[in-house]
Amino acid sequence: MILFDHVGVTYDGATAPVLRDVRLDVEEGELCLVIGHTGSGKSTLLAAINGLVPHFTGGTLTGRVLAGGRDTARFRPRELADVVGVVGQDPLAGFVTDTVEEELAYTMEQLAVDPAAMRARLEETLDLLGIAGLRHRALRTLSGGQQQRVAIGAAMTAHPRILVLDEPTSALDPASAEDVLAAITRLVHDLGVTVVLAEHRLERVLPYADRVAWLPGDGTVTAGDPAAVLSLAAVAPPVVELGRLAGWDPLPLSVRDARRRAPQLRRQLPGTPPVSHRSARTDRDAPPALTACGIVVRYGPLIAVRGVDLTLRRGESTALMGRNGSGKSSLLWAVQGSGRRSAGSVSVAGAAADPAKLPPAGARRLVGLVPQTPADLLYLDTVAAELAQADRDARDARDARGRSAGARDSSAGTGASGEAVTARAILDDIAPGISPRMHPRDLSAGQQLALVLAVQLAAAPAVILLDEPTRGLDYRAKAGLAGTLDRLAARGHAIVVATHDVEFATRSCDRVVVMAEGEIVTDGPAATALTASPTFAPQVAKILAPLPYLTVAQVAAALDPVPAP
Amino acid sequence: MSAVTGQVMPAARRRGTAASGGGRLPRALHPVAWWVWACALATAASRTSNPLLLLLIFAVVGVVVTARRTDAPWARGYRFYLGMALAVIVIRVIFRVVFESGVTPGDLILFRLPSIPTPAWYAGVQIGGPVSLQAVASATLDGARLACLLCCVGAANTLANPKRALRVLPGALYELGVAVTVALSVAPQLVESVQRVRRARRLRGTSGRGPRALRAIAIPVLHDSLERSLQLAAGMDSRGYGRTGSATPASRRLTATLMLAGLAGLCIGAYGLLAATLPHAVGIGGFAAGAALCVAGLALGGRRVSRSRYRPDPWRWPEWAVVSCGLASAVVLCLSTGYDPASLNPGLYPLQWPSLPLLPAAAILVSALAALAAPPPPAATGAGG
Repeated sequence: MILFDHVGVTYDGATAPVLRDVRLDVEEGELCLVIGHTGSGKSTLLAAINGLVPHFTGGTLTGRVLAGGRDTARFRPRELADVVGVVGQDPLAGFVTDTVEEELAYTMEQLAVDPAAMRARLEETLDLLGIAGLRHRALRTLSGGQQQRVAIGAAMTAHPRILVLDEPTSALDPASAEDVLAAITRLVHDLGVTVVLAEHRLERVLPYADRVAWLPGDGTVTAGDPAAVLSLAAVAPPVVELGRLAGWDPLPLSVRDARRRAPQLRRQLPGTPPVSHRSARTDRDAPPALTACGIVVRYGPLIAVRGVDLTLRRGESTALMGRNGSGKSSLLWAVQGSGRRSAGSVSVAGAAADPAKLPPAGARRLVGLVPQTPADLLYLDTVAAELAQADRDARDARDARGRSAGARDSSAGTGASGEAVTARAILDDIAPGISPRMHPRDLSAGQQLALVLAVQLAAAPAVILLDEPTRGLDYRAKAGLAGTLDRLAARGHAIVVATHDVEFATRSCDRVVVMAEGEIVTDGPAATALTASPTFAPQVAKILAPLPYLTVAQVAAALDPVPAP
Repeated sequence: MSAVTGQVMPAARRRGTAASGGGRLPRALHPVAWWVWACALATAASRTSNPLLLLLIFAVVGVVVTARRTDAPWARGYRFYLGMALAVIVIRVIFRVVFESGVTPGDLILFRLPSIPTPAWYAGVQIGGPVSLQAVASATLDGARLACLLCCVGAANTLANPKRALRVLPGALYELGVAVTVALSVAPQLVESVQRVRRARRLRGTSGRGPRALRAIAIPVLHDSLERSLQLAAGMDSRGYGRTGSATPASRRLTATLMLAGLAGLCIGAYGLLAATLPHAVGIGGFAAGAALCVAGLALGGRRVSRSRYRPDPWRWPEWAVVSCGLASAVVLCLSTGYDPASLNPGLYPLQWPSLPLLPAAAILVSALAALAAPPPPAATGAGG
């Protein structure tokens, strides 16, 4: 169905090819999962299928790409629209019209489908993706998951034999991601559509994949049976890592597979893990860094946060979880003082005033917030300029405080790290090797996050809040972020991470706070909060329950005498 | 059980509305029909300064809008047009009172504003001075006529979905329609991203104003919208946009020439018909020639486009009825036969209560029948949220 025959791609001005000598043959009706780190060429591989590379992006393509028997060298993307349907990462950016029905009809109108057939196909598609109830809705008013399903539907109305999806769930919360993935698997199983899918949430899709194409990052592609490819790939979900550790062959790809093999392993493991799930030690009696009382945030009739009390301790990292719209972001912004706060007070240890009552430059010396789209904070041409600006801002704020210190409490807020460090030093500590001459927009999502974190840390706040930092990060970038957060906590910063990612929360947080409808419903140590419910547990806990293991590292430590394969 | 009643209730309500609309099924009227109707009423309004007729037109537009608008987002804007119309009248009167006196001996002086002497080289305009009833009345009528035109345009916008109106553009102008649609949806996205960036900027502690602040907001927003437009372009390309609309450069040039000449003809024709200073023949001739050229251009441009349309708005008898209701008033007020043409523009000297010419009044009332001729609008669909 899709054939890559010795394909190489080099973008204009690039020194090295993005893809080289790629041979890939995806058969009819397969679900092919494309994995690899950010920047390894996944998007290029996917865009080459319908000819967007090189017709739209520029660059040079060598070799031959056949989609449904048509050579992309001779057919432009628009002429392949009836064979290949494409769905991007951000559905809203790709919408041409403004209601669901018109959007679904758009591709068919371009293909000049007969009006009667168009009606019938549109109705089928509405049912197929479970969006019949949304047909007259305006696209902007839909949730992310609904938008993504409409985008898939809009591609499917043209009856393409191939569907290409580039990280369709990376911007979604787990429930919406689940809906979208369920819709995709239905297309594969009921309609026999050939699907090529790039995805970071391997643990969700892996059980359905017929073929995995791994891009190690050097431009080559290794494709084959999922279990076989994953035994080589550096990118792997915890279930696969556990399988590798226990030496299971073939590797389990789903929790169910692993659970069936697990009794033997469970017998080998001691009843209590010998080490904590986190390498960083947590001091439960550390002094509080921030105390928030009765925080209320309301937007007109909507109450986003309903009287939340929260105490953050120094050196403690907290995961703030809960579905989209449960008030996580509103709480973080209200605590930082820049967002709306209708009632309640926040006091930061050592500071005289509530951050909301200080000018923004003062508030960020107490509490630093990294927003959901970190790039919003970046506006200069180079990384070096951003870092210099951050140092200047931090110095100005320090000077301003120095002048007013005599008038107020002289002990006002010493940053957790004490003396000022330059933003460059902080960045090198978080993510070494980012060239100062790079344009901030050319950085990867993980590097942008690191840069913004460095900018915010330059003001030396004692409390750091991160809103959904794991969005769009691959496994490697997530591990890097987790390491950074560990080091910050060790230096005495109090950290809050709003996240949907259970595995990340397990790896990097001591405490879990779950919000629902603006209230805190669970607040406790990660080990108990995360294993309390089976849906909320990390994969390792699901496999090894009732044993209280959370991470592969814990299992490895317990099995220490057994050499890992 | 409750689920069952829940389903019966809206159905019953729908039947109720259908009955009031003559037992017809609710559907949206063809947007072009509403535009023709509104333009015809606007033409009628521009022909008269009789306050009674103007009031009648206001009333007719108001009745039709109330009866046949939906609760979609674009249909909630009529109040805005009314406000604007009122503002036009008020501004017109204020200007007349302050700047323009030119009092004749027969005028009825209402009051006197303190007069500000103007230098000799600026003698044409006088500020302040006596204010006459005639001046105020004539300013009010002038303003009311403009306000009436504004309300007619507002009514068309309220009754017909502007985006659906774009969809009826002929094939040759399809690209233009898409560009406008995309631009319309970009505006709210831009506002959203400006708000997001402004909020985020506080996190960096830079609350200042001036060029640096502008740069800090503009750069991320522009980056954002550029990225989004590239994504949109890629998406549209892979969805078959511009698939077979490949015209040769020569035919494209010919189409453009025909269209431009046609539009010029239409402008001359419209001026000739409405201005009444040119002979009517020039107006009609220009109009006809322009229309013919435009049709030729569109036909030529649309020939090579192969595209189908999802659920096109049908054009049936209600559309014809609405269009002819509107045209009736325009025709009667333009032809000036069967009644005294002077009664359309009653004089202010002597100041007297205007008479209501019967035929024009009846014609305008006929326009109100559009409310009955048009099918009831579809029930609320939640298109707005």
